[in-house]
Amino acid sequence: MTYLKGALAWLVDPAHWGGAGGIWVRLGQHLLTTALVVGVAALISLPVGIIVGHTRRGSSAVGAIAGAARAVPTLGLLTLFALALGIGLTGPVMALVVLAIPSALAGAYAGIQAVDPAIGEAARAMGMSEARIVWQVEIPLGAPVIIGGIRAATLQVVATATLAAYVADNGLGRYLFIGLKTRDYAQMLAGALLVIALALILEAVLAALQRVVRTHVTAPGTARRTQTHT
Amino acid sequence: MIEFQHVSKTYHTGTVAVSDFSLVVPSHHITVLVGSSGSGKTTLLRMVNRMVEPTSGAVLIDQETVAAKNAVALRRSIGYVMQQGGLLPHRTVVDNVATVPVLNGVARRTARRDAMSLLERVGLDPSLGKRYPGELSGGQQQRVGVARALAADPNILLMDEPFGAVDPIVRRELQDELLRLQADLGKTILFVTHDIDEAFRLADEVVVLRERALVAQQGVAAEILAAPADDFVRTFVGADQAGRVLSTRMVSGRAVAVDGTGRVVGVLE
Repeated sequence: MTYLKGALAWLVDPAHWGGAGGIWVRLGQHLLTTALVVGVAALISLPVGIIVGHTRRGSSAVGAIAGAARAVPTLGLLTLFALALGIGLTGPVMALVVLAIPSALAGAYAGIQAVDPAIGEAARAMGMSEARIVWQVEIPLGAPVIIGGIRAATLQVVATATLAAYVADNGLGRYLFIGLKTRDYAQMLAGALLVIALALILEAVLAALQRVVRTHVTAPGTARRTQTHT
Repeated sequence: MIEFQHVSKTYHTGTVAVSDFSLVVPSHHITVLVGSSGSGKTTLLRMVNRMVEPTSGAVLIDQETVAAKNAVALRRSIGYVMQQGGLLPHRTVVDNVATVPVLNGVARRTARRDAMSLLERVGLDPSLGKRYPGELSGGQQQRVGVARALAADPNILLMDEPFGAVDPIVRRELQDELLRLQADLGKTILFVTHDIDEAFRLADEVVVLRERALVAQQGVAAEILAAPADDFVRTFVGADQAGRVLSTRMVSGRAVAVDGTGRVVGVLE
């Protein structure tokens, strides 16, 4: 309890919030790193997952890659990249991208693949090109699951991005590593609390986005349907 | 006119779906392909708009082989109605109907206005246009499917068991509606069903298919019932069934039609 009290005291101290190493700056760095990592991972995974989901070819390869990537220990990978690339943000970002890809890839693939094939067939028979079927039918209908994949990836990255501070002066992880080194456990715990809070906020935001997409893009009219039928 | 010239389809698994099928589907008539599952009837239908490519042989529309045409453009020029509507669940009814015109570059507003009048044409209240397919009954969805297929005013309509998923009463209504529309529009309709009664009701010409799309018999309903080509057709159309074998009995000076079980089905005039 004393640690928790100490951590809260540390958090409410205005001196810790401002300045170059202040909470606001670290929070911003942490968010930016997460956004960068998830962005890069999405750029790689979404097209691959969507194409595999659309063609229904290569799904076993996707499963294998996603599974293998999940099994990679992030700290080990991070050390490897840091040794190869030196101190700085590049190594952690690359390690975190590897961490984020499986969830994003699986979500994109599963989202598209779960769309009723009859709907795609109907769109094709109507004279939609394959690209149109993907953009106008499969992506809108698979969007909640695709976003779910991004949401899972974000959650993993935001939590694991603390490790970036291991080799770079970046993010909320600094408080953990500084606290650990100086035995300032109050600061360490405060850092952990901040990461948890950030993760929860991002989770809430993405869950809300998922809900909005579901009710407005994927299945519009369902809200009204439930109302009229009850 | 649609022409099948010796078409065959063998899937890479070795399954033969269609084996040397030839048929001329005359313009402005309803031709019904009827057969049980595995007869390759849907495969044949889907060859017309190149959803399936024949392994050998050719499908021609007005003397031009469809294989030479751009598949996407070809499909936009042919109306297609499938079982359970195949409507896009995330688009409103009116946008579903307007799909092909919009693909063809018609302004969205014009396409929507036309779609509204098409809804009326197929017997739906235009106010349903703002709803989503999931908010409609099965029968209403099928009507929307028909409206969508008609939206670009195609000459040809392909209908793949379009009324198979609705209850018998609604199916009957939809069949009547189709006949009424056809009387106005005179499209070239190729219709696939496994329901012989539906085939007899709708068809100008019925083509009874065996497995691998071998033609068992072809002709108008009366011919097929009166003179089934073989036992397969006889069984398939139920020519020997009690419901099809009628006789008359004189009651109070009038001829009453009675079926094979002795049940009265009507009065002759």
